[in-house]
Amino acid sequence: MTFQEITDIVTSQFPEYIISPDTKNLQPALVVPVQGIAGICRFLHEDARLYFDYLACITAIDNGAVADTMELVYNLTSIPYGLDLTLKIVFPRNTAEGTLPSVPTVSHIWRTADWHEREAFDLMGITFEGHPDLRRILLPEDWEGHPLRKDYNAQERYHGIYVRYEDGKLLEPSSDPDRA
Amino acid sequence: MNDRIKTGDGGIILTNAEDLMNWARLSSLWPMGFGLACCAIEMMATYAANYDLERFGIMPRPSPRQSDVMIVAGTVTFKMADRIRRLYEQMPEPRYVISMGSCSNCGGPYWEHGYHVVKGVDRIIPVDVYVPGCPPRPEALIGGFMKLQEKIRGKQEAAPELFLEMEAAGQQAVLS
Repeated sequence: MTFQEITDIVTSQFPEYIISPDTKNLQPALVVPVQGIAGICRFLHEDARLYFDYLACITAIDNGAVADTMELVYNLTSIPYGLDLTLKIVFPRNTAEGTLPSVPTVSHIWRTADWHEREAFDLMGITFEGHPDLRRILLPEDWEGHPLRKDYNAQERYHGIYVRYEDGKLLEPSSDPDRA
Repeated sequence: MNDRIKTGDGGIILTNAEDLMNWARLSSLWPMGFGLACCAIEMMATYAANYDLERFGIMPRPSPRQSDVMIVAGTVTFKMADRIRRLYEQMPEPRYVISMGSCSNCGGPYWEHGYHVVKGVDRIIPVDVYVPGCPPRPEALIGGFMKLQEKIRGKQEAAPELFLEMEAAGQQAVLS
């Protein structure tokens, strides 16, 4: 089954959503709306023609202050049919209230998503609604901030140890707008 | 009466207690058996047959209570920093620390963007010998141990300060 056929199945199943195929790159991706991700994943997982039973990875991307968006990339595999599919969702880096972004969880569909979503929360600060156990997974519990966000500022001390190389002296903020 | 032939050779070594203690210490440096990252692979190679650290009396111990020296072999993360400090505090004195490799010397390749790396293990515990390299070759680690042995050899262990204070306080009590 080709990427086009999978796209047709998904778009006919979800006429209420704007689903745009992205074929610019070697690996085509389906860009789906944020609120539809859980429903579309459920369909892809259960449909007899597709049966995407394996979630290989969830990747979070921060596009920086200029674009002001973040992305989540879901790599799915259907082991019985030998199919691969990439899903993408794009959303603002911060909500209108200035809090961290929130997207629906898919951990109830694939257990794998549990730890992947915890990692995205830990390092990128993306909250997953409905996640059963959204704690930090890599960093210590009392860590401040989400270090892979472009707007991350390292804390001055952690448990009394200076964090920065320059012994606690704060550097000027970067002039690169992508790191602001 | 006695089967042994008396030759009159040897039998007596003239030294002082300090030198004897230092010699004993530097001849059986027991490191704590732990490693943090890729430097630990080189450290294990140094323990193993080809480089054979045991010919210097250096053999890893499984407990900080039995260790004389801590080899910080690898990247010290903030998450690990508390554990390293605790392990160091559990070692009996006199205790020594060898910082092995760029990461534990100064943060190494993580010095600028490594939000998770302590920029030098000397920010949490005192270090006696720094071994440069990324990772250092086994010869370099052996060199570090020899530097540490030199350092111990030249040491004049003064009485612990707390003991001196207690002694002074005791004399005060006698005088008054």
